[in-house]
Amino acid sequence: MIERVFPNVDWVKMWEASYETIYMTLIATAFTFVIGLLLGLLLFLTSKDNIRENKVVYGITSVIVNVFRSIPFIVLIILLIPFTRTLIGTVRGADAALPALIIGAAPFYARMVEIALREIDKGVIEAARSMGAKVSTIIIKVFIPESLPALISGITVTTIALVGYTAMAGVIGAGGLGNLAFLEGFQRSRDDVTLAATIIIVIIVFVIQFIGDFFTNRLDKR
Amino acid sequence: MITISNVKKIFKTKDGKFTAVDDVNLQITEGEIFGVIGYSGAGKSTLIRMLNGLESPTSGTVDVNGKIISNIRGAELRKARQKISMIFQHFNLLWSRTVRENISFPLEIAGVDKKKREKKVDELIELVGLNGRGGSYPSQLSGGQKQRVGIARALANDPQVLLCDEATSALDPQTTDSILELLVDINKRLGLTIVLITHEMHVIRKICHRIAVMEDGRVVELGDVLEVFKQPKEQITKRFVQQVTEPEETRETIEHLLDEYEDGKVIKLTFVGEATEQPIITNLIRSFDINVNILQGKISQTQNGAYGSLFIHVHGVQEEITKAVDFLESAKVGVEVITHD
Repeated sequence: MIERVFPNVDWVKMWEASYETIYMTLIATAFTFVIGLLLGLLLFLTSKDNIRENKVVYGITSVIVNVFRSIPFIVLIILLIPFTRTLIGTVRGADAALPALIIGAAPFYARMVEIALREIDKGVIEAARSMGAKVSTIIIKVFIPESLPALISGITVTTIALVGYTAMAGVIGAGGLGNLAFLEGFQRSRDDVTLAATIIIVIIVFVIQFIGDFFTNRLDKR
Repeated sequence: MITISNVKKIFKTKDGKFTAVDDVNLQITEGEIFGVIGYSGAGKSTLIRMLNGLESPTSGTVDVNGKIISNIRGAELRKARQKISMIFQHFNLLWSRTVRENISFPLEIAGVDKKKREKKVDELIELVGLNGRGGSYPSQLSGGQKQRVGIARALANDPQVLLCDEATSALDPQTTDSILELLVDINKRLGLTIVLITHEMHVIRKICHRIAVMEDGRVVELGDVLEVFKQPKEQITKRFVQQVTEPEETRETIEHLLDEYEDGKVIKLTFVGEATEQPIITNLIRSFDINVNILQGKISQTQNGAYGSLFIHVHGVQEEITKAVDFLESAKVGVEVITHD
């Protein structure tokens, strides 16, 4: 049955490509989470009427985030080629895709973090201050736990976007399912390969969404 | 305990400068329940926030228990705040923490070790009457229970001062009373100084010893609760006192009676302390040839004693009425002849 629908699919190659896609997505997500969280915290803390209001820092961070968010991903990869070559030593393979993936996704997540933090009840922050809490304590014990469901649903959306980015990175040689679909499916006119790669990507996205929703709902005690 | 001297707070807004607190001077003694009443925008919220340094005055000083709160900052201010705790209108609990964890929060901030924290939390849960609810999340509690958690949390670091920011304004009347009773209980048991702000005279009447009335950033009237109830001087204070003593219907009834009986007089009698226990009406009827019709009466209990008001309608011969009024005035009772506004 499977042989008939997908006559040209080399399943070993397909699994390898899937592994590469998952590898790129997971590593990039981990870095994006940390960098995006830090940038988002910086944006939130220095924004107007906040504990560490600072117009200059907010302005600079905001511009950087917006610039990287507005560059189309495919252009960003090309722009970053020299940077990637210096950092990773090559521009081919899954690892070489990571800098572009992270730089593309972290600013996107940073904005989501900022929005999530803004949703925190101002009164709770005031209460923590009235108890004599330090800013670091407020960040760790108020900001993060009180916005955790939004932070998780934000990283879920970002991870799914990253799956899409890995496919794009694949076209210019990063490996993964996008690469396979492009080289084996599109360029050799084997539609069944493209279809199989698409189905696997859809499954990956569904699984990510399911895990994200599970944790978001579990953590939300409101 | 608390000395507020020449405190001013000016906010810069888009429409220019706005004076939220204007030259306020107050002294609050240890163990006292001090109420600040005013309508919204009167500056009471800003004032109470200067007591724990959440706002700093533009000029003047705020001294709480020997520390000049308005001058210290950083670690010193944070340390001082652990002894000046606050409860809020909207409770401000962390939804992500259980009741126990919420109460434990200020102890974590103060760096108390886990064992001591657990013990203290147990005591506090008991004190505020939340036994068995320790594992619940705030979303599973009623408003009154949430405020109990707020109070327990505020007491965690054994503060000297408790600031209440409209602490009962989001609660229904019955729950309000139970929370107020809890505050009085804490004040008596722990000798805690309580400063509260409110727009409800009911709250002042029930628990405060002294009161300051604020209007447009200034303290316009200050005194013992009973004194202020007996003889409110400012128009705004009279309006607040009426919230408790004169329901809307009384006004209407009096207006009606003034129209109906042109020859009679409607008199408002106010009694304070022992005067509430005299058989004054009996004496009045026996001594003078007049008819007395009781319109409305009420006795309110305050922290410093009882306060009563009685509205009567008298009619009869003019001379007798005049004599009756003289008699009442000599009997340590406040007398006010009500006329059309």
